[in-house]
Amino acid sequence: MTTHTFLNVKSLAFERNDAVLFQPVDFALKAGEALQLVGVNGSGKTTLFQLLTGIYSPSSGSISYCGQLFNDCRYEYLSDVLYIGHQSGVKAALTAEENLCWMSPKNTSSEKISAALEALGLGEYVQIPCANLSAGQKRRVALARLMTSQAKIWFLDEPLTSLDKQGVELIEHCMSQHLDQGGTILFSSHQDLAQVKTRNYRLEPFVEVA
Amino acid sequence: MANNLSGGFKAYLFRDLLLGIRDRGDLSKPLMFFLLVAVMVPLAIAPEASKLSAIAPGLIWILALLATLLSIERLFSEDYADGSLEQLLISPNMLMMPILGKITAHWLVIGLPLTLLSPVIAIWFSLPTSAMVPMMLSLALGTAVLSLVGAVGAALTLPRQGGVLLALLVMPLYMPVLIFGSATIQSAVDGLNWLAPLAMLAAFLAVATVLCPLAISAGLRIAKNG
Repeated sequence: MTTHTFLNVKSLAFERNDAVLFQPVDFALKAGEALQLVGVNGSGKTTLFQLLTGIYSPSSGSISYCGQLFNDCRYEYLSDVLYIGHQSGVKAALTAEENLCWMSPKNTSSEKISAALEALGLGEYVQIPCANLSAGQKRRVALARLMTSQAKIWFLDEPLTSLDKQGVELIEHCMSQHLDQGGTILFSSHQDLAQVKTRNYRLEPFVEVA
Repeated sequence: MANNLSGGFKAYLFRDLLLGIRDRGDLSKPLMFFLLVAVMVPLAIAPEASKLSAIAPGLIWILALLATLLSIERLFSEDYADGSLEQLLISPNMLMMPILGKITAHWLVIGLPLTLLSPVIAIWFSLPTSAMVPMMLSLALGTAVLSLVGAVGAALTLPRQGGVLLALLVMPLYMPVLIFGSATIQSAVDGLNWLAPLAMLAAFLAVATVLCPLAISAGLRIAKNG
């Protein structure tokens, strides 16, 4: 069986303030495959996520989704992407339930929302404003989106930060389920996952070739 | 494709209204400012009805303008800090509708209460009752323009909270609104036709509704890129 390639990144490069951030990036993301982005602090992992979601435009190279270039299929591509960054978009004044409801696709049923929060161990805290939750609990609220989203491509920037052991296991379980359903994941993390089989991609600092 | 254009207006409107209700304390500050300064003025000038009613049309408008300016800089800075702006930028839909939703919410929690409070100040300043309706209409239309134009400044001054830079950027653009807004009230006081300046405000609103969201979405993209 040939596996479907979702994303093809070819010699992607990015320049900021006249400095090239990393060696040109090449990889492909196939259905059922997880790619772990590794690299030292400041190597540009978050920037790469922002390039892949179109927040920044690359200075050279290309991103193609199902064989089409980014600019030709922006709507289809971004509809199929779930990106959870360092700042996860959780509103401090809203409750966990309101936050998840707001961030999930339009027609998500309220049962699905409470089930997702329950599964992440937030059942008792559903009605509390997120400002009163701990860092790990806020992270869990953001990651509950993994259970309600219908996107095939997940971009997770340091998803395991401030999670406890049990939380990490939960997220790994979510990830392997997503892969089994034919999704694909690109994530950055400084720790290795126990349950999910991943390939590593190392972001190397840019070296000028003479 | 229809979904592509209209997506997000209602969602952002309701979310920002909910956030506004949760953050009552923060949002009532511009309104308190509006009322407090209005209380100061008769103390500083003279509590004579004739003097006060002479300056009332201009003064009410300057206060409304400053109160809007005080509140507009928070429009995008919180979304920027907590990552929801990033999520907005990567949504497949156009940015225009979510932005209009946010601005409508801002008007509903700032401009509309200002408009509803203004009769209190009008009575304070012994403004003739005949000018009451034109004043409220001009404030309702004008504060909406102030929200739209102010949002352009708020987007351009990201990631910093605008402050003085925002005021410098936006004040010149506020002038036409100030002129025609106070002219509406003044004409009503003088018994002249006040529909003409009011129509100008309505025209400003129509133009701003179309053009400002374009400028704002460009501004937000630059803010995130810079």
